[in-house]
Amino acid sequence: MIRLEKRPQPSRLISALTPVIAVLLTMIVGGILFAALGANPFEAIRTLFWDPLFHPQFAAYSRPQLLVKAGPLILIAIGLSIGFRAGIWNIGAEGQYIMGAICGAGAGLAFYPSESPLIFPLMILAGALGGWAWGMIPAILKTRLGTNEILVSLMLVYVAETLLGSVSTGLLRNPEGMGFPGSRNFKQWDAAHNAEIVSNTGAHWGVIAAFIAVIFAYVLLSRHILGYQVRLTGEAPRAARFSGVKPARMVLFCLGLSGALAGMAGMFEVTGPAGQISIDFNSGYGFTAIIVAFLGRLNPIGILLAGLLMALTYIGGELAQLMLGLPAAAIQLFQGMLLFFLLAMDVFTNFRIRIGQGAKA
Amino acid sequence: MDSPLLRIDGLTKAYPGVIANDQVSFDIGRGEIHALLGENGAGKSTLVKMIYGLVKPDTGTMTLDDKPFAPTKPSEARSNGVAMVFQHFSLFDALSVAENVALGMETPPALRDLARQIRDVSEAYGLPLDPSRTVGTLSAGERQRVEIIRCLLQDPRLLIMDEPTSVLTPQEVDILFETLHKLQAEGTSILYISHKLEEIRTLCDHATILRLGKNVGTCTPRETTARAMAELMVGSSFASPVARDTEKGAVLLEARALSLPAPGAFGTPLRDISFSVQAGEVLGLGGVAGNGQDELLDTLTGERSAPKGTLFLKGHDISQTGPVYRRNEGLLTGPEERLGHAAAPNMSLTENAVLTAAQRKGLMANGFISWPKARSFAEEVIAQFDVRTPGASTAARALSGGNLQKFVVGREIAQAPDVLVLNQPTWGVDAAAAAFIRQAILDVAARGGAVVVISQDLDELMEVSDRFGALNEGRLSKIRPVAELNIEQIGLMMGGAEDMEDAHA
Repeated sequence: MIRLEKRPQPSRLISALTPVIAVLLTMIVGGILFAALGANPFEAIRTLFWDPLFHPQFAAYSRPQLLVKAGPLILIAIGLSIGFRAGIWNIGAEGQYIMGAICGAGAGLAFYPSESPLIFPLMILAGALGGWAWGMIPAILKTRLGTNEILVSLMLVYVAETLLGSVSTGLLRNPEGMGFPGSRNFKQWDAAHNAEIVSNTGAHWGVIAAFIAVIFAYVLLSRHILGYQVRLTGEAPRAARFSGVKPARMVLFCLGLSGALAGMAGMFEVTGPAGQISIDFNSGYGFTAIIVAFLGRLNPIGILLAGLLMALTYIGGELAQLMLGLPAAAIQLFQGMLLFFLLAMDVFTNFRIRIGQGAKA
Repeated sequence: MDSPLLRIDGLTKAYPGVIANDQVSFDIGRGEIHALLGENGAGKSTLVKMIYGLVKPDTGTMTLDDKPFAPTKPSEARSNGVAMVFQHFSLFDALSVAENVALGMETPPALRDLARQIRDVSEAYGLPLDPSRTVGTLSAGERQRVEIIRCLLQDPRLLIMDEPTSVLTPQEVDILFETLHKLQAEGTSILYISHKLEEIRTLCDHATILRLGKNVGTCTPRETTARAMAELMVGSSFASPVARDTEKGAVLLEARALSLPAPGAFGTPLRDISFSVQAGEVLGLGGVAGNGQDELLDTLTGERSAPKGTLFLKGHDISQTGPVYRRNEGLLTGPEERLGHAAAPNMSLTENAVLTAAQRKGLMANGFISWPKARSFAEEVIAQFDVRTPGASTAARALSGGNLQKFVVGREIAQAPDVLVLNQPTWGVDAAAAAFIRQAILDVAARGGAVVVISQDLDELMEVSDRFGALNEGRLSKIRPVAELNIEQIGLMMGGAEDMEDAHA
């Protein structure tokens, strides 16, 4: 009989190895899946993980995409991970991302066509505030009325999507756009354009912000009392209250912070890679960031690596669709598998397998 | 009576890093009350879990009724006539007594028949209990009766009881002992686990003493002293708390007519509680569990705020201040629940040191924690309070109950409190560690601190307190000097009937 036995202490080694093993298992099972779909599994895995960076023909385009895609994922996931550490489940980063984009873009467009150097910082601030405000709705409802933040934050995503549709056909529509939905294109407005800082790297201001967020979160969690209180709240809520943590304040801080970071990510996206507010501007970064946060073990450095890996599967997935004709759903299944194996492997951090004991059931 | 009911022969069980039981052998005779004694971590729980089929021994055998006995699950142990009453009850608050009993049975009879059976058994053994009452409304003693009756319905030949008296009033203890004697007279054997040596001396026929997983001796408790048994348990002589001359100073902590509604459906409201503690004094608050102890502690720590003008620390109103403010002002507290309340189970001892000592011990500057300082403070507590652990980076949950208790109490005492409030400071702690903690409490008072000890262990309260009061349904009895009290009076105070004794006082 196979039995799980609780370890006296969580294993650090397994905790560090878990993501590696999960990636390997995903490759094996994913390979079988691709083989069943009629593709060569080795070629499929190579297309997913190797070609985006090193393919002689495509790498020049896809390599910068790595940072473009990883930037928002990391920025959002860092904010989410701090809440998750405290047991506060913000599932609505997608909505906060959209609101950040709308508010950031809106604040800028109000001053069009000013070329003031203050425009872009103002837009960053407005984006962060928009995401923050959207995150504060579930936070205040939770602290005042005891609602569930998972449901409220998730539902607000659909509200935000509807608002996005409304502003891109109404309030923020490009007056010179011949009636097409969508705002002015920020790529044509230097003061508000979130351009690449070094060309052909994909590194825009959002990527810089993501790296700063990683460092900030690392210091916060490992050195600062606030980060300690976040971890304590997640580990033992009653001990946290005993220590002097106010649960309501923790909810406001975590949802506010993750909202602000998601909002900033949305603002950087709309002024950079996306270029304009449009009906289908959002592309699921807010949801994928949840996977990134867990794949990175809710650890800032882990999230940095996980964000890069997840971006890689995105780009590789597009390549695999293009070159091998694999369906998009198969790629999403592949990404889902990654989270599944990670969570499954997670058990072994706190438990170990014992075989053959306990004789009969 | 020639062959024993249960013979335990060379039982060994090793866990990673520790040998919980090492070649333990002893016999339990038919109709015998057999005590199992030992410090925390001595291996008592592992041993009874093996008898009850929860843990499988690595080596060694058990013989029940001259037949090999190797249960692989509790239901197998039960079908062989072994029943167990756990220290922690596994009852559902929202269900009735009969429903709770039915839940533990493999093939429960119709609820009406079961209620009748419960009534029969409860009358036969003098354990009054109404099968239709909701468990949430029962006292700890009554809850224990539910567990005992659940066992008795199976007609056990061996009843294992893990620290049964820790939650009972003296009167309830008497009732329990009568029941156990009745069972004994019917030929039921009882394996009785306890820390309370005097209790074992009055109740038990034989005692087996475990130390570090080994059987270090068997004795007849009636013929030995409690001290001799304790020394066998600990392996060396330990110091009883030293008496001291109390020199009382200013009033440091005062509650004035403190009332608070119950925090939840099964909590207890606090009603009109008033007390004061002076410097150099220990106030003992007794009472049966669930009579407002947890609620009072949460109010004193600052986790729940109180109405204005009800709590005063050194003359300042602290009713509405939080835990951090109170700690800075010198009011330190230790809750009953070690894991999850006083300490975070998965965090290291260093991290748990920061939990309450961050400000007072200067473990942080501008909000940044100094881990080296936190570590050295944790190590200081570990050394000063003899916490047995591989090091400060060990997770709190890896420590045995007694050692973790020494750590969390030590963490508060090492911060030199002006006022120290502890709830159940030695609950589930072995004799040596308990004596150590009690001495540390007395030392705080001797240094001029004021101490409030909330406990259900009356012997402990009598030993450390200068004055005593009892909580009953959220009310605090009149507080009296310990020197004027006898055990019957205390029982009445705990039962809320102290006024009948007013003529005496």
